[in-house]
Amino acid sequence: MDVSQLQRSWVEFLTALFNEGFLDSQFNQLLQLQDESNPNFVAEVVTDFFHDSERLLNELTGVLDQQIVDFKKVDSHVHQLKGSSASIGVERVKNMCIAFKAFCEESNREGCLRCLHQVKQEYFLVKDKLQTLFMLEQQIVAAGGSPPLM
Amino acid sequence: MQWITKYLGLLIPQRRMGSNCFDEEQLHVLAVDDSVVERKFIEALLKNSSYKVTTAEDGLSALEYLGLTGDPKPTTVKTNDAKVNMIITDYCMPGMTGYELMKKVKESSSFKEVPVIIMSSENVPTRIKKCLDDGAQDFILKPIQQSDVKRLKCHVQKFESPFNEMLCLGR
Repeated sequence: MDVSQLQRSWVEFLTALFNEGFLDSQFNQLLQLQDESNPNFVAEVVTDFFHDSERLLNELTGVLDQQIVDFKKVDSHVHQLKGSSASIGVERVKNMCIAFKAFCEESNREGCLRCLHQVKQEYFLVKDKLQTLFMLEQQIVAAGGSPPLM
Repeated sequence: MQWITKYLGLLIPQRRMGSNCFDEEQLHVLAVDDSVVERKFIEALLKNSSYKVTTAEDGLSALEYLGLTGDPKPTTVKTNDAKVNMIITDYCMPGMTGYELMKKVKESSSFKEVPVIIMSSENVPTRIKKCLDDGAQDFILKPIQQSDVKRLKCHVQKFESPFNEMLCLGR
């Protein structure tokens, strides 16, 4: 595949992520910050997001597994996850966190457990999508081109 | 010499908002946020607006950087050479909130004039009002964007040159 075909695939894939609600316009803020002086910015921030999110999801699993749930802790972790997903435009995860927070405020354990399950699903889905996007980007670079900036 | 510069500021045509009036020295921002993702993002936004950036992960680290921890007695000699032109901080942080950090900065002799901007993902009008009433220069709702950072230039420039009047438009 030549560079322009790869670039087209990248654009199509990214457009689909926006259309399907995985990403929102905030992700454009990240794309705009990537340039020759900062060529891996998006991948770096998103990788930090992966590490941070998985840490938070593990913590949440642990806290909700306790006999007596510390909802303040749950709220704090969900707040962090909501914040980081919102700042980079990972829309579905952010929206799940909003629902999660509501159950937290009610100290609703069952609701929280359901949300945790859904947040994990959404998170791993978008992680997979973003890793595919980065793989396409790497293919473009390997073919001698660069991803078209939105 | 400073009074001459301020006087000349009245005679020189007003600069447009957004232009870099300080080509000789980069403006330095201290950005405080407990989220590693958000810290990286805001650092990039600030650097993209030509600021030099130092980040801190919480209020205590920020105060340590500024040399405002430990000795409660005011000293006549500044023990820390940290020079910041603006502080931007998240509101919700463990240990010390952004509001509490702002108060401590405003109570210090060395940094009380530095504009402090508070950010939050939660739109709580009473919280916003309290922050602005008690010393914050501005309050930004997260997620923060490049346009928010561009808007902050007027706060820094007002601080540096109080005679250059600039209209700060809200979002």
